[in-house]
Parts: sequence; structure tokens; C-alpha cells
Amino acid sequence: MTAATATTPLTRGVFGRASLKRNRRWALIASYVFLIVFAIFFLLPPYYMIITALKSDAEVAHMAHNPWIIAEGITFEQFKLLFTQSDFLIFFKNTAIVTVCTVVITMCISVLAAFSLGRMKFWGSGILATGIFLTYLVPDTLLFIPLFQIVKSLGLLNSYWGMVLVYPTLTVPFCTWIMIGYFQSIPKELDEAALIDGAGQMQMLFKIFIPVALPGIIAATIFSFTVSWAAFVYPMTFLYSADQQVLTVGTVTSLIKADVYKWGMLMAGALVAAAPPLIIYAFLMDYYIAGLTAGATKG
Amino acid sequence: MADTLHSWNPTVATTAARPASKLLKFLRRRSAIAFVMCLPLMTVIGGLVIYPAFYSIYLSMLNKSQTRFIGLSNFTYLLSRDVFWMVVEQSAIFALTAVFFKALIGLVTAHLINNLPVKGQRKWRGMLLVPWVIPLALSTLGWWWMFDPTHSALNWIINLFGGNEIAWLSNPYWARFSVILVNVWYGAPFFLIMYLAALKSVPEQLYEAAAIDGASAWQKFVHITLPMMRNIIAITILFSLIVTFANFDIVQIMTAGGPRNMTHVFATYSFLTGIRSGDLPLGSAVSLFMLPILAVSAIFILRGVRKRGREIG
Amino acid sequence: MAEVALRNVVKKYDDVVAVSSINLDIPNNEFLVLVGPSGCGKSTTLRMIAGLEEITAGEIVIGGEVVNDLPPKDRDIAMVFQNYALYPHMTVAENMSFGLKLRKFAKDEIKARVDNAAKILDITELLTRRPKQLSGGQRQRVAMGRAIVRNPKVFLFDEPLSNLDAKLRVQMRTEIKRVHQKVKTTTIYVTHDQVEAMTLADRIVVMNGGKIEQIGSPNDLYHHPKTRFVAGFIGSPAMNLIPAKLETNGSSLKVRLSDNLSFPVPENRAARYRGAIGKDVLLGLRPEHITETRGANGASGNSHEFPATLDVVEPMGMETMVFFKVDGVEVCGRVEPTAAKGSGETMLLRANLDHMHLIDPNTNRVL
Repeated sequence: MTAATATTPLTRGVFGRASLKRNRRWALIASYVFLIVFAIFFLLPPYYMIITALKSDAEVAHMAHNPWIIAEGITFEQFKLLFTQSDFLIFFKNTAIVTVCTVVITMCISVLAAFSLGRMKFWGSGILATGIFLTYLVPDTLLFIPLFQIVKSLGLLNSYWGMVLVYPTLTVPFCTWIMIGYFQSIPKELDEAALIDGAGQMQMLFKIFIPVALPGIIAATIFSFTVSWAAFVYPMTFLYSADQQVLTVGTVTSLIKADVYKWGMLMAGALVAAAPPLIIYAFLMDYYIAGLTAGATKG
Repeated sequence: MADTLHSWNPTVATTAARPASKLLKFLRRRSAIAFVMCLPLMTVIGGLVIYPAFYSIYLSMLNKSQTRFIGLSNFTYLLSRDVFWMVVEQSAIFALTAVFFKALIGLVTAHLINNLPVKGQRKWRGMLLVPWVIPLALSTLGWWWMFDPTHSALNWIINLFGGNEIAWLSNPYWARFSVILVNVWYGAPFFLIMYLAALKSVPEQLYEAAAIDGASAWQKFVHITLPMMRNIIAITILFSLIVTFANFDIVQIMTAGGPRNMTHVFATYSFLTGIRSGDLPLGSAVSLFMLPILAVSAIFILRGVRKRGREIG
Repeated sequence: MAEVALRNVVKKYDDVVAVSSINLDIPNNEFLVLVGPSGCGKSTTLRMIAGLEEITAGEIVIGGEVVNDLPPKDRDIAMVFQNYALYPHMTVAENMSFGLKLRKFAKDEIKARVDNAAKILDITELLTRRPKQLSGGQRQRVAMGRAIVRNPKVFLFDEPLSNLDAKLRVQMRTEIKRVHQKVKTTTIYVTHDQVEAMTLADRIVVMNGGKIEQIGSPNDLYHHPKTRFVAGFIGSPAMNLIPAKLETNGSSLKVRLSDNLSFPVPENRAARYRGAIGKDVLLGLRPEHITETRGANGASGNSHEFPATLDVVEPMGMETMVFFKVDGVEVCGRVEPTAAKGSGETMLLRANLDHMHLIDPNTNRVL
């Protein structure tokens, strides 16, 4: 045995097939290279938005420079203009009010419904659960016209309270769906232990299930927040005056004065408007992603 | 002693309370409570989704001033107009092309990230998800600025390499490209996240067994990864088809349907006819054309989700 | 079929040494078992042989060829995983033929091999089913079938029975032994269960903390353990290890366990233990060597009778386990059910000292 093996060690590695280690290293380098390409693609627009927001009006208009760098010095005047000479802050306030209200309403409705559908069986619960999922598939661009009529007849046209009324259609179905999954994954033994300890349904919900399903609740809250914040179709359709308008529509349409696109200010506005979802994402990324994947992976 | 005598007379205690206690007892039943807990949800869905959906059908059969019932006239009118057929074609092209590329990029990037050592994956995943986090309307604004005819930063790069400037939004074909591009940019991260999660759910040992069986990297992908991911791929594609098909933000902000109506999709055309021009019934009719496609996709998605539920649970 | 050799094989994860310098020579057709507690490096060693883990240092030789840089598919090995790792979307037949298809075998050759393996493992009726329709035991057979059809040089088993319930485990153990007798191939089998090791192995390698404690046949390891770990690991219930002191008693030696209990050391052992006189030692004695007294005609060899107050009594049917304390240390003995006394009662027990071991507590080696 020793005679046979004595000749083999090094020769194989050098002349024969490449070592496993080297193959893996090449695969890793190639992965990084391609990932950097994709990262550039994905991060280019935000980068450019930031750059533009930090430039002076003069530099923005000036064509000779490389637009991808700040050549004439960083300035915050765009932000100043944004906050002082436009309705931006009003938009921000409106959006904040609408979003907070929507989130609260959504979570109340969804948690109750999810708890009921996830853990309690009653006649029609299966149909309802499927129905919720189907509802999520109905796009806002199908409903916005009939809703226009309905919102008008309620006198809520051109009022951000109308948004509070219709936004839950965007958030409640999916949030309920997410949380049904979380509530279902709590073992039944917890119910039974609580029943023996003497808890009623509501007590079980608040003292046991909500704390245990907290990750799902956080994920659903984040989801409803980001959807409300980013909603565009409904405010575009139902809101006209600047004092009622929200950030998405306001930034895009009202910051254009007399056909002059003040791009520096527009980008500054877009950035500040995009900041809250981005900040939440930065700090709570795992919950954010859990919300997305919950729908599919929890089946 | 005294109270036991009392409790011996059940009839005395209950006759007075019988109707009230029966109602209370019914309410206290689990299933009744469960039903009540679902009422807010059912109200929202019933009043703000189902009712409007049916109302939309009714609305589409009225005339412009909503005084007369005109049956299917709105629909036949649309079917006779060139613009409408352009809308159908464009919506389909956008949806199919965009979803294809989104799925492809999502699959590729998911694999690339999965190849990395686990510690670094989180950072990359975090970076690549950014397009999805920024509200679509606002990032579309950013793209619009990058496409601006006079100041386009993208054209600056093209000029740098000696090429000709591209009329991103004023040339109809480039406009279509731009719309699809922004859609892919925005939606690919969603596919990335879904596929990454699905990749991680394939047991490592299957790959090891395949390695021992003699499979190359490509064969592992074809014989193990794809079959195991078949369901999630189908679900995400169908889901994205619905969402992309009904998309409003990108076209509305960048091109408003132009130039020459060559980027109009159902959502924007419906907005134009229904809200901008004030013909609500016609706008309704436009958006209702989306229904068949949505319904078919929805059925397939539901089947897929059910199948996946069985596979897992 | 081929010989396998490991020369100074080391596995490091960053700075943590999982496997340190393993040397093994496995002859053709041997059934070798790597056994040890969780984290001892046995699975890592197996995976290095398979090519699923990179080797930090040393060489692995299969059939005379150094395989360090060969990917798993070129090493001509087959593996049975703890979780079966069956392809869920393929039928049993497709699972078994996957490797052959990848290697471009002829269709009838594949069918012949699959049918043959199915016959050996008694799974012919299952060939068209999917894994999720099979029970645990059936899945394990399919996993073995997948390995058999490949006709590899080496079979590798990674704790294949750990996921099965106790009764099924016993059944499958016999299956595996039967298959090994029929399909003669070098087999390396990893388990944490020493009963499996004892019943299946031609030779056992006991591992602990990344090192080999001892290599030997099951009987070897059972009757002649070389280290404290092996002594305590092999055999169930475990060997009693009682702290004691080695003393002289005139010309003979005795082992003092407590103030009122000491065992005489048999003559043939005395020479070996001379160097440890006066030192603290551990007395190793298996429970089956602490039994009930058998009266004058039963006594044979070197034994010593002593009384013990029973703590816990566990009737096992065939025998009864008795637990008693010696200077605070719990000791276990095996007695006839009829002879056993109750808990709290005192009973006369007999220690068979022909089977005693003395262990140096500092080096943990058996003297």
C-alpha cells in the first residue's frame, strides 16, 4: 500500500484537475463581480438622487460637468428651499397623519380577523380566508373609478380623510394573511394551558398570542406603513388641493412651478419623502423581509 | 343550608332569565366570537372592494353623464378604437417582458448571494433590496430626472463613450424600453428575496447526495433546484403579472401614456378617460378589461399556494 | 471494493481543530464503525472521505489513489445520509438511477442494477412511489439502494438510523448487516450509538474530541479498553468507575474503595499495577461483574463478596439492576431477579475481579 501511494501526492494537483479549493475561489470571485454589477444597477438612481439634491441650482442646470459627482461644492439650499418655499411640509404632515391612522386601523382589523381565522374554526372561515387572499389580488387601478364615485358621495373627495377610508383596502388583506400564518404557527398547547389557567378569548389574545406573534405583528405593521406611505393611485385620483395632498403625489406634481422643473428641489423632496421607509428598512430589515416572504413561504 | 334550598329550585332561577341567558350563551360561544372578530374585516372588504367591483360593472354600462343605461356600448366603443388596442398590446408587452426579466434577475442574484459565505449575505441582500423600499412614485421621479432630454446623466455617460444621445422618453420605442426598465429595476428585488428564501429551503443534503451521485453545478440546478422551486417560481411570476399589468405610477409619471399613446396601459388610460376627461363609465369599462386576465392568474396562484401549503405542512 | 487509508488527516475550521491527525488503514471489505459522542469529529472525518469537506492537512487514499483534490463524484463512493436525502420530486426508481443516468449508463444496465438492489433490500413494490409516501424505514432502504446500484469502492453511512424509532432501529441494524454480507464492499459507518457499533462492526474506531481513542474489534474494546473514555463509553449500562486507592497487603495488592470496602487484586494483575501503589486510581468494573452471590459451588476465579445497601432497584425482566453507593459514588450491579432485595435493604453482592480495570485518573489511561 505504501509503495503505491508514495508516487501520487503532488503530481495530481499540479497537472491533473484543479484543486477543489481553487475552483471554489474562482466561483466566489465571479459571484462578487456580478453582484457588484447588479448593485451598481440597483443603487445608481438613489445615488444620483442624493447627488442632485446636494447640488446648487446653478450646477444642476450647468451641463458641462460630470453629473455624477458634485463639482461645485455640497449645498443644502435645495432642502432649505423645499421646506420654506413649497408645500412640502404640509404634504409630509398629511402623509404622516394618513399613514398613522391607516396603520392603526389596519392592525386593529387584521389582528382580530387573523386571530379568529387562524385559530378558531367557524362556518365559512376557510372561504373567508381564501376570499381575503383573492381580495389582495384585486388591484387599486380596478377599484379607483367606482371608489371615486363612492368617496364623492360620502363628501370625502379632496380630503385626506378619504385616504384613511380607502387605504385599508391596500393593507388589510395582506396584513391579515401574514398574521394568519403567524397565529397558526403557535402551538395549540398554549391555548389549552391558558384555558386551564382561566383566560377568556380576549385575554388569550392580548396576553399570550399577541406577544408570541410579535414578529408577525411588527412585520405587518411595517408592511402597512410602507404601503400607505407609498400609495399613489388613490391620492392622485381623489385629492386636488395642495393642503390635502400627500407626499408621493405632491412631490411629483406640485413642485413644478410654471413648467420649470426645479430638479434639485424635486430630488431633495423625493429623498426626504423616501426617508421614513428607508429608515425603517435600515433598522428593521429582517421584519421587513419577513413580511414579504410570509405570504409565500407560509403557504 | 338556606342557599342549598334555593338552588334546589332551578325553575325559579331560570324562568325569568331564560331568553336573555340564551342570547348571552350564544354570544359566548367560540364560533360566535370568532365571527364577530371578523366583522370589521368583512365590512372593509365588502364595502370597499366587493361593492365597488360590482358597482364598477354597473357604472360601465351607463352613459357619460350617468343618466341612461347603455348596456355594453362603452365596451364596444373601446373595442373599436385603435388607442384601446394599443393599450391592450402595450399592457401585455410590458407585463410579460418586465416579469420575465424580473424573474431572471431575481433568480440569478439569489444564486449569487447564496454562493457567498453566510455572514456577508445579509449586507448584499440589504443593498439589493433598496429599489423595492423606496416608494415607486419617488424613484420613478429619480429615473425621470435621469432620462431628462436636456440634462440626462445617462446620455452623458453614452456621450463619454462616443455614442449618440438617446431620447429616452420622447422616442416611443425608447419610452417603452424606459418604462420596462424602471419596472424591472423596481420589481427584481422582490423576486430576489422570494427566491433566496426558497433556495435556502432546499435541504443542503440533497445537493450533497447529488454531488456524490456525480452531478455538476448545472445539473444540480436543473435536477434539484428548479424542481424544488417550481411552485414558488410559478406563484411569484403569476403574482407579479397581476401587479405589473395593473401598474400606474411609472407610466403616469414618466410619460403620461405618450408619446402618441404608445406607452399607455390599462391603468393610465382608465385614469385619462375616467378622471381626467370625466367619463367615469368609460374609465370603468377600460379597467374592467383587466378582469379576465386577473381572474385567470388568480386561479392559478390559488392552486399554487394550496399546493405549496400541502408540500410544507 | 477498495482499501481506504487516512494519513495524518487534520481538519480545522479557522482556529478550531475539529479533527487532529487521524491515521487509519481500512482493508478491503471491512465494516469499520466510527463511534463517539456529538462533536467528536466522526462525521467530519466521514465527510472528508466523501469529499464534502475540505481536508486541512494530510492525505486520504481510496483504492491506492490519493483523493484529496478529487470532487465527490470522482471518488467512486456512495453515501447514505441521516436524513435520507432522497429527491422528493422523483420516484424511488428515479432516485436510485439518478447517479447512473448522470454517468451515462445504458438503460438496461440501469434497470438491471435497480431491480437487483430492490430485490436485495425488499423494496421492489415501492419503485414507482414518491419518497413522501414511504415510511422512515422504507426511505432508509431506498437511500441504501441508491448507494448499492453505484457499485462503489466504499460505502459511507452517516448516522443512518438516528432518525428511526427504537424498534425500527434494531430491525434496520440487522438489515444493514445482512446487506453487507451480500454486497461485499468496504464500509465506513458513523454513529453515536455504541450498541450499533458493537453489533455491526468488524472493527470500531472510538473517537473523542477530534482524536482516536482506540481502534479494535468489538470484543477488544469491550474487554480490553485502553483509555478511561473507551471504558466508560462502550457497554451499556456503562462501566462503573469508582475512585479508589491502591494499597499493599503484605505481598499482594488490594484496591481500597472506602473505609470498609476493599477488593483484593488478582495475582496475575499484581505485576502490572506495582508502579501505582499508594496512588489514587479509578476502579473499573462492569455492572455484569457485580452480581448476586452464588454460594460455595458458584464461586470461581477471583471474586470478593461484600454487603451493600441498595438505593434504587430497577427490574428489567431478564435481570434486575441494583444501585448502591460506595463513599458517595453510585455503583451499578446486575443480579438475578429472584435474588434481588428491595430498596433500602442490604444484600450480599459478589464482585468478579478477573474483569477489573485500573485507570490512572491523571492520564486517563487504563493501567
